[in-house]
Amino acid sequence: MTPAPAVAAAPGAADIVAASAASGGTAISVADLMVRFEGAAGGVTALDRVGFDVPEGGLVTMLGPSGCGKSTLLRAVADLVPIGGGKIRVFGRTPEQARLARDFAFVFQDATLLPWRSALDNVRLPLEVGRRDGDLDQYAEPEELLALVGLRGREDALPHELSGGMRQRVAIARALVCRPRVLLMDEPFGALDELTRDKLNEELLRIWRETGTTIMFVTHSVPEAAFLGEKCLVLSAQPGRVREYVDIGFPSPRALGMRDTLEFVQVTAHLRGLIEEAQ
Amino acid sequence: MTTAGVGGRGAVAGPEPADAHAVRAERAQFRRHAPAIVTAVAMLGLWQLVVTGFGVPTYIAPSPVQVAQVFVEQGDVLWINFWPTLLEAMAGFALGNTIAVLLAVWFVHNRLAERAFYPIAVFVNTIPIIAVAPILVLMLGNGYAPKIVIAALICFFPTLVNMVRGLKAVSPQMLELMRVLSASDREILWKIRLQSSLPFLFAALKIASTTCVIGAIVGEWIGSNYGLGSLIIEATYNFRAPLLYATVILGAGLAVAAFTTTSLIERRVLKWKPGAVF
Ligand SMILES: Nc1ncnc2c1ncn2[C@@H]1O[C@H](COP(=O)(O)OP(=O)(O)O)[C@@H](O)[C@H]1O
Ligand SMILES: [Mg+2]
Repeated sequence: MTPAPAVAAAPGAADIVAASAASGGTAISVADLMVRFEGAAGGVTALDRVGFDVPEGGLVTMLGPSGCGKSTLLRAVADLVPIGGGKIRVFGRTPEQARLARDFAFVFQDATLLPWRSALDNVRLPLEVGRRDGDLDQYAEPEELLALVGLRGREDALPHELSGGMRQRVAIARALVCRPRVLLMDEPFGALDELTRDKLNEELLRIWRETGTTIMFVTHSVPEAAFLGEKCLVLSAQPGRVREYVDIGFPSPRALGMRDTLEFVQVTAHLRGLIEEAQ
Repeated sequence: MTTAGVGGRGAVAGPEPADAHAVRAERAQFRRHAPAIVTAVAMLGLWQLVVTGFGVPTYIAPSPVQVAQVFVEQGDVLWINFWPTLLEAMAGFALGNTIAVLLAVWFVHNRLAERAFYPIAVFVNTIPIIAVAPILVLMLGNGYAPKIVIAALICFFPTLVNMVRGLKAVSPQMLELMRVLSASDREILWKIRLQSSLPFLFAALKIASTTCVIGAIVGEWIGSNYGLGSLIIEATYNFRAPLLYATVILGAGLAVAAFTTTSLIERRVLKWKPGAVF
């Protein structure tokens, strides 16, 4: 694990240190979270009293019926959605403080690359914007990250010259360049074909082991959630609530062949049952 | 088919040097443009035949040969009047597009400014340039100034509209990414918005590169004694049809050259594929 970025410059530094000391091994803690969207038709409650913890270095997947608030939950943690109640802490900091400290990175369903920038320059983007006073040397080398995601030799390729899977690899490298302590991924492989998705699942597990990053991973694929997750958070819909926080508990490292075992099928059957009840 | 033909086919199927590829591409391009070239030459020939065959008086319609003679014999008159028009068109192009781009940047960052000024810009655009020109001549006098402003005015609106659209053509997801990175509005403008607006900007600049020439010429129609516009008026009133035609051709040539230059710059600058969404 890399040292945490200096917290001295962040607002309310004293509270943060105290809070981190108290959290002890918890990367993300969410308690009593409420998120409402006000609209013309009275608004919707997207999340209602959601609470759970993600352990430091853990990999938690999120499942739930479409529209149950998985993206909203992830975006609330990332300070992209204002919360209407409850508490979110990322290593003891509020989402805003964590965002300013670059504690987390976000990977979207689309790679969201700049089409005029080469793969390497896309990975460099986070180093060029936002607060970057002094802590630049703590960040990873973009070239090494492209190698880590298996794109050595394609540094100069423009996004339109890469396949969908390769573009998503670039997006992952870009997310890792600031050595985030948490990686928030919203259906990152949802738009890829199954073979590419399998390959990237294995690679994500390898990257997770090598970097020790805490990962929250939203998916609508039950096998993907069971294969990747140490734990799986199942949400129910309208309003989004925690249905069950399932311990998956397969040993690591996991291989794709594991998906044909009886235990795996039992886990996926259990998850499927939960989602059907949640609908 | 002959044996030679079969042999030729075999040669094409095999690996060929890069030069051969280039030569083939050039030939293909010629073949593509050939119909247009042939048609144009034929029409010129027909024009010449009709004018000489029916004895059409020169002041009604000159023959192509007579027009060509003007370029040789009165070339100095044409060039003396060409440079002011070129200068006005280029200055107007620079002025109109710069103001349009700056306003677009302001509009994108300030909803109130957009709501306050955009409708006025639309209104100004609906006034025909021919009607605005005399007003500007009254206001700015007889020199270069009114022509430059007219050329600028005619460029301004398409660039403003396109640039506002281009600066806003950033995906919401890219903006969220920038927010996660705590990027400032200035960084988003320089790193994202300006680049992604380039295809829109060049579409507008290509329009502007021809309309700015029209603007300069229209400006010179009213109270001017130099420039291609004034030459057009003078040649018309003196029934010097060959000079009139030569002047029009020179003006059109200027517009085509400006358009081609803009297109070449676009091809240099836009190496990436616009329109593709990632
Ligand atoms: N920006 C928004 N404005 C209004 N409603 C929203 C917004 N984002 C999400 N919602 C609503 O919140 C609920 C949860 O959405 P979302 O988190 O995207 O679900 P999921 O990712 O699980 O499919 C849905 O009912 C959706 O319509
Ligand atoms: Mg979603």
